[in-house]
Amino acid sequence: MKKIVILGAGTGGTIMANKLRKVLERDEWSITVVDKEPNHYYQPGFLFIPFGIYNKHDVVKPKASFIPAGVKFIINEIDRVEPDKNTVYLTNGQILEYDFLIVATGTHIKPAETPGLVGREWRKSIFDFYTHEGAVALQTFLKTWEGGDMVINIAELPFKCPVAPLEFAFLADEFFVKKGIRDKVNIYYTTPLSGAFTKPKSSKMLGELLQEKNIHIIPDFYLERVDDENKKIISYDGREVKFDLLTIIPVNMGADWVARSGMGDDMNYIATDKYTLRSEKWENIFVLGDASNIPTSKAGSVVHFASDVLFDNLIAAIEGRPLIAKFDGHSNCYIETGFGKGSLIDFNYETEPLPGTYPLPGIGPFGLLKNTRINHYGKVMFRWIYWHLLLKGKELPLESQMTMAGKEL
Amino acid sequence: MAEKVYAGKTVSVTDDGYLTDPNQWTKEIAIEIAKEEGIELTDKHFAVIEYIREKTLKGEALTIRTIGKSGMVDTKGFYELFPGAPLKKASRIAGIAKPSSCV
Ligand SMILES: Cc1cc2nc3c(=O)[nH]c(=O)nc-3n(C[C@H](O)[C@H](O)[C@H](O)COP(=O)(O)OP(=O)(O)OC[C@H]3O[C@@H](n4cnc5c(N)ncnc54)[C@H](O)[C@@H]3O)c2cc1C
Repeated sequence: MKKIVILGAGTGGTIMANKLRKVLERDEWSITVVDKEPNHYYQPGFLFIPFGIYNKHDVVKPKASFIPAGVKFIINEIDRVEPDKNTVYLTNGQILEYDFLIVATGTHIKPAETPGLVGREWRKSIFDFYTHEGAVALQTFLKTWEGGDMVINIAELPFKCPVAPLEFAFLADEFFVKKGIRDKVNIYYTTPLSGAFTKPKSSKMLGELLQEKNIHIIPDFYLERVDDENKKIISYDGREVKFDLLTIIPVNMGADWVARSGMGDDMNYIATDKYTLRSEKWENIFVLGDASNIPTSKAGSVVHFASDVLFDNLIAAIEGRPLIAKFDGHSNCYIETGFGKGSLIDFNYETEPLPGTYPLPGIGPFGLLKNTRINHYGKVMFRWIYWHLLLKGKELPLESQMTMAGKEL
Repeated sequence: MAEKVYAGKTVSVTDDGYLTDPNQWTKEIAIEIAKEEGIELTDKHFAVIEYIREKTLKGEALTIRTIGKSGMVDTKGFYELFPGAPLKKASRIAGIAKPSSCV
């Protein structure tokens, strides 16, 4: 019996377990998935919890219901991998050997990397919304907050879902308007980027939207530490921003077991061929999603598109054929912009997000870099698609390769 | 793309003023680009610039964080050498491409 081990049963690991079990013979290949968490969180839903649009229970389901029959699911923490011995060690002492390994353990916030962040103000006036607990705590806080300086900060690049803090800012604006206290809230958006976003066209469009909503952007702000006594954040070049409420995207890093195994860079990301999605060092290891160092967004849509390529290449590797499927870095993100509207960006390794339309058979077109109602519905619909189609590895009416159709140069 | 003369040498630069060919770079060119950025280069600057050139030309993508952890200079020191936007300024002076963060 040959063995495939999948590390992580989040978005990517779950998709791969479903895709592979459908095609690999059960009497030839065993598939094992390991995750430390029994619950699957719909992470894009965390964004909506602080504002009470979603509640605590709307984003959680048991992981086991998405793992197909015929796949062994182990709930335990990965301690380390010895890639030269094809062996995985779990913290409970269990040892798993593999012929092929798929790494999909994602990226996670590391607030302790920033001095002063996890101190007496943590989850009192300082919150994250990248974890379930953080988003729920912020919801409770916002219910009674009467206003003041709300500072949004991005501590380090890269971080997953690069549009999420912008969406948070837009939704916060709407929330305070509807609560009738917008005039009592100043919103500051502090970012290490030189503008609202990375690439020129999207940065301009999103920057204008921030301005329209009276959200003050403070660019090139690279966070050194938090002074929780005086409620200030301080950048490396000595700039200080005072806050009453700090919502932060803490430093994101790959899983700790990667560091313990000596398999990653200094942010615990694994060097991965950006086209084949195979590890640059080990021929029988593939890396899917946020855990890899490929130069595109760390986002669920990327995981979904990449999973098609990884699947083709893994099957090719199993059959001893060359890996010909090529990932193009395709990413596709809906951006909530508040008041029932949304925007959409679509891009890959080579092409920056461009304005235009995004064709989607039967439903679209959606407006690219435009602020429209239909884009908002795209985002709302996505939760259903995620649970019912995407995780199960079913076909979606979306091409994994980016298309130039509809884009304006 | 445009051409520019630095230290008596004609080089081609991008719209943002970054050299398009790192092989055209010389220390004299670096000194003049640094002046445009309002920086007077010292040995310490050069040590960091050469480190950045070496790593980048080997294909490594550098960030402020990796430089801060490199042992060459800490993050605060890096900001002191190249105030405001250290990686962008240092890259321009080092004659390499503008650092791009992936989306
Ligand atoms: C607030 C927010 C909003 C977002 N919005 C969007 C959006 O609108 N669109 C979009 O496309 N993407 C969005 N994302 C990003 C998306 O959720 C992730 O990019 C995607 O889930 C990554 O999938 P993954 O499989 O790489 O990792 P994950 O789904 O994060 O899975 C990693 C798994 O590994 C497990 N694990 C880690 N370490 C260990 C260990 N040592 N032992 C055992 N198990 C371990 C974890 O428990 C987890 O289940 C958002 C994310 C956040 C936080």
